[in-house]
Amino acid sequence: MPAINKIVLDPLSDNNPITVQMLGICSALAVTAQLPTAFTMSIAVTLVLCGSNTIISLLRNVIPPKIRMIVQMVVIASLVILVDQCLKAFAYEISKQLSVFVGLIITNCIVMGRAEAFAMANPPKESFLDGLGNGLGYSAILIIVAFVRELLGAGSLFGKQVLPDSYPGNGLMVIAPGAFVIIGLLIWLQRSITKKYEEA
Amino acid sequence: MGHLIDIFVRSIFVENMILAYFLGMCSFLALSKKVDTAFGLGMAVVFVLGITCPLNYLIFNFLLKDGALATGVDLSFLNFLCFIAVIASTVQLVEMLLDRFFPPLYNSLGIFLPLITVNCSILGGSLFMVERNYNFLESTAFGFGSGVGFFLAIVALAGIRNKLRYSNIPPGLRGLGITFILTGLMALGFQCFSSISLLVP
Repeated sequence: MPAINKIVLDPLSDNNPITVQMLGICSALAVTAQLPTAFTMSIAVTLVLCGSNTIISLLRNVIPPKIRMIVQMVVIASLVILVDQCLKAFAYEISKQLSVFVGLIITNCIVMGRAEAFAMANPPKESFLDGLGNGLGYSAILIIVAFVRELLGAGSLFGKQVLPDSYPGNGLMVIAPGAFVIIGLLIWLQRSITKKYEEA
Repeated sequence: MGHLIDIFVRSIFVENMILAYFLGMCSFLALSKKVDTAFGLGMAVVFVLGITCPLNYLIFNFLLKDGALATGVDLSFLNFLCFIAVIASTVQLVEMLLDRFFPPLYNSLGIFLPLITVNCSILGGSLFMVERNYNFLESTAFGFGSGVGFFLAIVALAGIRNKLRYSNIPPGLRGLGITFILTGLMALGFQCFSSISLLVP
């Protein structure tokens, strides 16, 4: 069992897809101005990751190596279309807010990266768990960033006011530069704790 | 005409792919260590975005849109699949054409051309084009403008990171951390373009 625990838990901090592997940063920044969108996005990405990892792992012995990229793309794109249609049907408001970013899960490097690096070489069960672990690691960062941005930007959490009404709201947190700086600081914090530095 | 120039300038400065929409971050961060490589990647992105945007416009409006193929047939749910296929094949085509007719440019772009397929800013460009209902000329202007915006941002960041080698950064911030904060400061700079409009009201 320890091996399985490691597959799921490793991507949560030591090998986090966003802060360590540098994958999937685009969408991580764009949807984190509020908690509800970040939450929906996390679920969507985790679902797609688990699905694509499992399917590609099942197919790994029949995919010809030359066209594996195209096969992976088709699997991922079909899953994303499914998720997108579900969101449009059951959570229309949020899917409008996420706009193009649901579609961009296709080019999200996490999905492609894990398919290529893990699912192509491992059996379905491990691949599913790897997808789950990476999805959760991605979600953890997304939710932390969204928490900070919504709290400091609008003084609310999940749309409910938590700071006193006199709190003016920090506009910097809502716009793009705030997101960059928060992720930068988060990486600083994580690297200072784990003591894993990279060369400048 | 003024309208097109407005879209072009807005997509470079105001709605910059990287600094306002965070698209194409992965290659932006990974390939901005040297000015040369940043320049090559930037050129390739301008090229591919400028071509795929209008091409995807044609495909969406004449094949996929509700009632475009035959009345009552709505294929728009296939848009992700079609766009990514168009992008992958365009990149391949551009690669072959460049190899045949402009070998120097081909050699200077090297490995970056195939990598562009999975660059979010390319697919993002096409998706924004659909969402905003641009027409053919507008989507061409938008595609080129976004490419130029990406080019500008990545070359600027590479220049700054070049200078950064001589500065003393706290160990935990080295590499990815400081790059994020730099990008944040650049985005803050670009915010001052945010109310630009060339159209006379």
